[in-house]
Amino acid sequence: MRDISYAEAINEALKEEMERDEKVILLGEDIGIFGGVFKVTRGLLERFGPKRVRDTPISEGAIIGAAIGAATTGLRPVAEIMYMDFLNVAGDQLVNHAPKIHFMSGGKLNVPMVIRTQFSLGRSIAGQHSQFFPAFFMNLPGMYVAVPSTPYDAKGLLKTAIRSNNPTLFLESAVLYSAKGQVPEEEYVVPLGKADIKKKGDDVTVFAFSNLVSKALVAADELEKVGIGAEVIDPRTLAPLDRTTILESVKRTGRLVVVEPDCKTSGIGAEVITMVLEEAFDYLDAPPVRVAALDTPCPFAPVLEGLYIPNEESIIQAVRKIV
Amino acid sequence: MTVDKSMFLQLYRKMFEIRRFEEMAVTLYQQGQIPGVLHPYIGEEAVAVGVCQTLQKTDYIVSNHRGHGHSIAKGVPPKFIMAELLAKETGICKGIGGSMHSTDTENGVLFSTAIVGGGVPIATGVALSLQYQGKSGVVACFFGDGATNTGSFHEGVNLAALWQLPVLFVCENNMYAISTRVDRSVAAKRIVDRANAYGIPGISVDGMDVLAVYDAASQAVERARKGSGPTLIECRTYRYKGHGAYDPGLGYRTKEEIQEWMSRDPIENLRRKLLQERLATENELKGIEIEVEKLIQDAVDFAQHSPPPAASKELLMKMVYA
Repeated sequence: MRDISYAEAINEALKEEMERDEKVILLGEDIGIFGGVFKVTRGLLERFGPKRVRDTPISEGAIIGAAIGAATTGLRPVAEIMYMDFLNVAGDQLVNHAPKIHFMSGGKLNVPMVIRTQFSLGRSIAGQHSQFFPAFFMNLPGMYVAVPSTPYDAKGLLKTAIRSNNPTLFLESAVLYSAKGQVPEEEYVVPLGKADIKKKGDDVTVFAFSNLVSKALVAADELEKVGIGAEVIDPRTLAPLDRTTILESVKRTGRLVVVEPDCKTSGIGAEVITMVLEEAFDYLDAPPVRVAALDTPCPFAPVLEGLYIPNEESIIQAVRKIV
Repeated sequence: MTVDKSMFLQLYRKMFEIRRFEEMAVTLYQQGQIPGVLHPYIGEEAVAVGVCQTLQKTDYIVSNHRGHGHSIAKGVPPKFIMAELLAKETGICKGIGGSMHSTDTENGVLFSTAIVGGGVPIATGVALSLQYQGKSGVVACFFGDGATNTGSFHEGVNLAALWQLPVLFVCENNMYAISTRVDRSVAAKRIVDRANAYGIPGISVDGMDVLAVYDAASQAVERARKGSGPTLIECRTYRYKGHGAYDPGLGYRTKEEIQEWMSRDPIENLRRKLLQERLATENELKGIEIEVEKLIQDAVDFAQHSPPPAASKELLMKMVYA
């Protein structure tokens, strides 16, 4: 084990998969000569050449569309969309094509591709560069959705996604790029659809993902000091969602707090809590609580963005409300 | 271009096959045997047949919502398309896709999309895959005049031109995007001029003349196979029917206009030419027509006698992921 950053872990996953399988190619804006605007693809052009690391025009629809065409005919493309906000520009390929072609072709075509993108919530770049809307993609059968919170998970999940025969939307958190964590030197993968219990606890289940896992862990440590055992569950992928692990935990703790960096209304928490109500209502000792982003576009001023995003304090308050 | 007798007969057979297939489909649709929508290709047969005659089995096509003709021209047995129209388990997409969707990997029919313009970037990606894997294959992407106004078209053609990918962008300019005439929707005087914007050759041909289409597509295929990149081919054609089988196709078009285009029918024209130039006898053509009639009737029988897909939520859920 050694400590590497989230960005380095993703870079390693790409490098290793490209070395393992020459069908893996990368395409996206500024990923080659520039190494990506977040330097995640740094060094890959030099290592694998311009045939496999392809700088594209600003054409998000063509980036994803070309990846789909290539994926259905033998390649395993990894497309990068610079900001999650820009996925919306490519909505037709992303929504109408990538997740549906396998199904609509009667199972004759596979679409083994990954769309990597990042959301920049917490970086003061306002409403068109900070959006995080993962719930939409849970309502999109045919697409896997990964939301890694640590370098370990990021590397292992990306390797699995690249090897998968289905399209995966790989949602990276830009504020985590420089965060370091333990990553083995040796080969490993992380399965899609398997949650990770980041901290054990018996009094309350705290469901948190992506950039909010570390905040939930800080909150859990604080709560421990006052005798509250919070179990922090990181789903790691939202689709497939590991419902079993969530339910087992809630059945034991009887309490649920969902911590989510997306807007509250019809967000991830709405699905997770509804699922728990349907499957484990009798086990609940208190109403579930959501700690989510405000139902506004993301504001620019740091003082306002700070209000917008859940933090350690809001997580602690939410837990104390029901424990 | 050299077209020998057997190829002439093949061009005639395929166009006739599409025509009879579509006429039969419209009848079945009107009888309520086909659910949903149906977009007949009647009148445009020369485009699919002229282009696909230049392709190998291992080449790909990416098609659109008006795609039955493309699939038949590429070699898909009509019975599998008919079964799909009738929502049967034996259909080309197992009854999951319907009229607007077709996939037959054995015959190089990759996918037909029902989102106008959506196939263009995908065809570009298929061509990228062929180029990357060092294959000599090409991909032909069919779309209408309306699609050339979409961002998908511009992004996809630009990328294919930039990377010199082996694609034929085949625009079936039938002059109407549903009811909106091309001169009310395209600012350029001619669609083919849009090729200039991407530095690729553009060829505009009479899409009612299968030999003209074949000739243009042959040039584009040759260019693509030798690595010189994509070509935009504008085929000026006409749909005799409305946008869909529900649409009488009047109101936005005059009867005179429809009559004028129908007088230049691609199938009748070729038939006349074959007889006049003694490339075929009346008996030979009749023989083909009888064979095609039987093929289409067999397709209908096959479709009608096939079971519907199993009504199982579990099976349906299993089809979402590979």
